Amino acid sequence: MKCLAAWFSGALIALCLVAAPALAQQPLKIGFGMSLTGPLAGNGKAALISMQIWQEDVNAKGGILGRKVELVYYDDQTNPSTVPSIYSKLLDVDKVDLVVSGYGTNVIAPAMPIMMQRNMTFMGLFGLNVNSKFGYDRYFQIMPSGPEPAIGWTQGFFDTAMGLSPKPQTIALVGADAEYPALALQGAREQVKRSGLKVVYDKTYPPNTVDFSPILRAIQATNPDLVYVASYPPDSAGMIRTASEVGLKTRMFGGGMVGPQFAALKAQLGPLLNGLVNYESFVPEVADRFPSIEQFLAKYQARAAKEGVDVLGFYLPPFAYAMMEVLEQSIKAVGSLDQAKLADYMHKTEFTTYVGKVRFGANGEWAQPRMLAVQYHGIAGNDLDQWRKPGRVTVLTPAPYKTGSVMTPYQDSRK
Amino acid sequence: MPADFPTALVLNAVVAGLLLGGFYAAVSVGVSISFGMLDVVNIAHPAFVILGSYIAYLVNDRTGFDPIAASIVLSPLFFALGMLIYRIYYLCFEKRGQESLRGLAFFFGILFITEVALVLVFGVDYRMARSAYSDTTWRLGPVDFPMRLVVPFLVSIAMVIGVQLFLTHTFFGRAVLAVAQDALALRLMGVNTFRVKEFAFALSIATAGVAGAFLIVIQPVQPSIGREYIGLVFAVCVLGGMGSIWGTLAGAFVLGLAESFTSTFFGPSWAPAVSFGLLLATLAFKPAGLFGR
Repeated sequence: MKCLAAWFSGALIALCLVAAPALAQQPLKIGFGMSLTGPLAGNGKAALISMQIWQEDVNAKGGILGRKVELVYYDDQTNPSTVPSIYSKLLDVDKVDLVVSGYGTNVIAPAMPIMMQRNMTFMGLFGLNVNSKFGYDRYFQIMPSGPEPAIGWTQGFFDTAMGLSPKPQTIALVGADAEYPALALQGAREQVKRSGLKVVYDKTYPPNTVDFSPILRAIQATNPDLVYVASYPPDSAGMIRTASEVGLKTRMFGGGMVGPQFAALKAQLGPLLNGLVNYESFVPEVADRFPSIEQFLAKYQARAAKEGVDVLGFYLPPFAYAMMEVLEQSIKAVGSLDQAKLADYMHKTEFTTYVGKVRFGANGEWAQPRMLAVQYHGIAGNDLDQWRKPGRVTVLTPAPYKTGSVMTPYQDSRK
Repeated sequence: MPADFPTALVLNAVVAGLLLGGFYAAVSVGVSISFGMLDVVNIAHPAFVILGSYIAYLVNDRTGFDPIAASIVLSPLFFALGMLIYRIYYLCFEKRGQESLRGLAFFFGILFITEVALVLVFGVDYRMARSAYSDTTWRLGPVDFPMRLVVPFLVSIAMVIGVQLFLTHTFFGRAVLAVAQDALALRLMGVNTFRVKEFAFALSIATAGVAGAFLIVIQPVQPSIGREYIGLVFAVCVLGGMGSIWGTLAGAFVLGLAESFTSTFFGPSWAPAVSFGLLLATLAFKPAGLFGR
């Protein structure tokens, strides 16, 4: 009997010795849904390339906690209704160790209830004010819109506008019927209240709108000093082209347009972008403030050109990489995948990333807003190379990044 | 004229509505043929429109050739594609009497396959074609005529009139109308209805290819954007009257004008409600549509 027990004990120890290294070599799985088809697929694919570059960089250094990193992802089709099932599958079937979000407010919001049920630490990639309704203490967000995201997002446009002399009196607000534009307009309305502007037009349009001329003519009829637009790429292109066609006359036009940040629309719209006041997260004009970003862009641009997505990669890709850097640094510092400890560490720590120093506030948003309000000018033709070097963009706010003053009115600054 | 409706706004709303209607007519005329006349529920029609957009983009990007002119030159290719698809549909479903539900699934499949193929070949970024007139606007007094909408409008009207003249003034065209009216009677007279329907379906796909070039001149396009037009094209077709080409044109203008006026005077978010409200009202009083018999 004793002999049998000794034999079993020996076998058990041998099994543990054999299995332990095998377990240690299990990859560390990070799961997410990403828009690889649908209206925002261009951005989603660009983000995915960044995350894959990060994965390669990390694995080349030996992985995290001695484990190689594996990205497990599914196409959410830019469709919020697919998101809950994707994250359920990632957590229950694929048994991922960590999760991060896909790109944008529309697909981050539907993932939140699952994250809260499972107590997961959740990094968001460019979601606007998602946590305002959930108040989840393990949510973090890499877009630099600041502790009051809707306000911070619109801050640059309104700070610039209210610095004009004479001060503007009236504003038109317009945006698409979708999650992001609704939140951006909510922030703009709050800014309007604070700055004492009078709203002369405040309407939304369906996302499949083809012709924007009736909208811009109706806006023009109200003769606003400012026109704030919250739109997605196809409508941004439509709005900008139509503003040129109807000869829109206002002092400042733009604000929250998604699209002009990406190479495709920069190349397609070319000189039509002149005079537009909009937001960017990085431009070559402030490259000296982002010391290591060129290193990342060199890697990204080589890959993006082959994949046929945003070949400049100024807007989203560095932040997608930075999101993963935050996660990497947190896991290494904590030394485990304990979700509570990770969240706690992320709340307390300032991270050094390709996009600079990142510190999160209590609601998981950046402690300080840093989205750049910019104005495009001097764009000639549709050559993309003109965007690679300084000279086509004036950074208007925030103050530490300012490179010049806004040119008004819009109809003159377009020339 | 009330003060809230200044003349310039009204005139511009009329022009914008007509220009938009012209585009809607181009996208819908093919559905009017396939769905209205042939009873083929081609739910993949918008995917062929997007395919037309990408082909026009490809030619425009590589050669600088005008995208709309390129689409007209290449329309025989779309015609041939239409013949091939109808042949498959006929052999696999229609011939066996399984066209209703399985045929619908077949066209859904075509829709997804086309989208995925476009993603694989062109990627997922937005594409837009350039033309000599894209950034030009004519001004006539207070009224603007943006050329990126005017040129598609003019070509669309010419295409729709051409289709109507073909259907009413040629032997083959009249055969298509006859198939739409009573395919069985035609078969009893010894006509090969398969050939007639194949030709008509191919014509509908050729119009989709040209409409795709209009779309990429008007706005940036990505592979799945066609889905947004599925409801619209069938609404235009039903509003105008199933199988009536003039009805399609009228329906497209009605929806274009409704959208334009609603956007200008009441707010763009009301535009779909007004357009589909008009569709419901028309069907309530005239169930066959504006020009339906």
